[in-house]
Amino acid sequence: MKKTILYDEHVKRGGSIVEFGGYLMPIQYQGIPFEHDAVRNNLGVFDCSHMGEILIEGRDALLFADYIVTSNIGELNDMRMLYGFILYPDGGIVDDLMVYKYNSEKILLVVNAANTIKDYKYIISKFHNMKFNCTVTNVSATMSQLALQGPKAADYLQNLVDINLDDMIMYDFLEMKINNIIFLVSRSGYTGEDGFEIYGSNNDILELFIKLADDGVTLCGLGARDTLRFEAGLPLYGHEISESINPLESGLSFALAFEKDFFGKDVLLEIKKNKLKRKEVGLELIGRGIPRNGYLIYKNNKEIGYVTTGYMIPNTKNSYAVALIDNAYYEKNGIVEVLIHNKHVQARIRSKRFITNKYKK
Amino acid sequence: MSKVLKNLKYASSHEWIKVEGNVGIIGISDYAQDSLGNIVFLDVPEVGDVFNKGDEFGVLESVKAASDLYLPVGGEVIDVNLELVDSPELLNESAYDNWILKISIADLSELDDLLTAEEYEAETK
Repeated sequence: MKKTILYDEHVKRGGSIVEFGGYLMPIQYQGIPFEHDAVRNNLGVFDCSHMGEILIEGRDALLFADYIVTSNIGELNDMRMLYGFILYPDGGIVDDLMVYKYNSEKILLVVNAANTIKDYKYIISKFHNMKFNCTVTNVSATMSQLALQGPKAADYLQNLVDINLDDMIMYDFLEMKINNIIFLVSRSGYTGEDGFEIYGSNNDILELFIKLADDGVTLCGLGARDTLRFEAGLPLYGHEISESINPLESGLSFALAFEKDFFGKDVLLEIKKNKLKRKEVGLELIGRGIPRNGYLIYKNNKEIGYVTTGYMIPNTKNSYAVALIDNAYYEKNGIVEVLIHNKHVQARIRSKRFITNKYKK
Repeated sequence: MSKVLKNLKYASSHEWIKVEGNVGIIGISDYAQDSLGNIVFLDVPEVGDVFNKGDEFGVLESVKAASDLYLPVGGEVIDVNLELVDSPELLNESAYDNWILKISIADLSELDDLLTAEEYEAETK
């Protein structure tokens, strides 16, 4: 089992450790509801050092990245980032990722921890023999990452940097000094709040984490990371998207740039020709209970799908879910039932975004 | 270190029972609330429901996980703590001050199979 550079700090500072994506990570420190609210109303920091980083460099870096990733990196300005997918030949998803475009010769892909090796091998074996003039390097072991998230994130970080953060909008990134050490900083995150993702060498991130923790920034674990991303309508690989759930079914076609060429485009166009068989929907529970991953969905006693993620939102009594259902049974505001502990509990179909996201525009 | 109260009996599945005559007052242990984390949901049976020893009688859920509740001894439900159903997070504050349900115990001899405080403490060390 792998550990991030912050492992000893997590243990020392009271984190409860669990296994996630091959890493020993804190699920929580003071409690998921406390950490969830800290990020919604104030400020919190997450260790995201388990995430994978794959660097593409060379003359054809842009051509290469733009071919393997579904979204339009060619149209993207330098020093901007973008969400996208890498696809299997059948349109299933290898991984979802953030693309950091430094320039047309240097592009960084940030991928899911558990998928890093799989992604790297897939990229190398499938595409790298296609005469693109670029190198592909898994640099994950040398990079660590913190996510500083919440409405007070910009005010807090501003005191530690020598540039004006007001000039950065969502998905801008820059190299900047924090306490006189250079980090890669993007205005981004996975919580639905304004915030920053900060990358640096393992030791620099360790020092920064200690400073943030000593300053009293709320330490947050993977538990709150998941409730926050869920509430904000953001997908998680292995739940809302996977090798057997394509981006059309999961309603993420905004990240499919059909105006350009990308691997998997033809098969997705073929799938699009017919009505989709499945559709991902948001659910709001009407009855009591908490819908959880894998719970079955029924309509008129017929099984029509399952829950991909569900929670009672921390500090509320509102139970929500995202569910993948048979498209034939989709109806706006329609009523379905979730099987919870052998009881059929009514739920209403709604949007998958349960809060209004507050990004810096 | 989780708390174990001396005057209670315990099930290996982490419920406690306090006996007053033939009435059993049932809750979950401090160890159970601590292991579950932030408790956000409690589902209980209705007054009049009858269960055997070891039956599932309800569900307790934290933010991350659901956990079934098992009856330490058989009997008929005579009262449920509706305040706790509204505010299950009280269990995180004090597992022993917040009972979940009361039953009329069908067979007092079933209490003999339960763990004493000392035995439970040893089991959850």
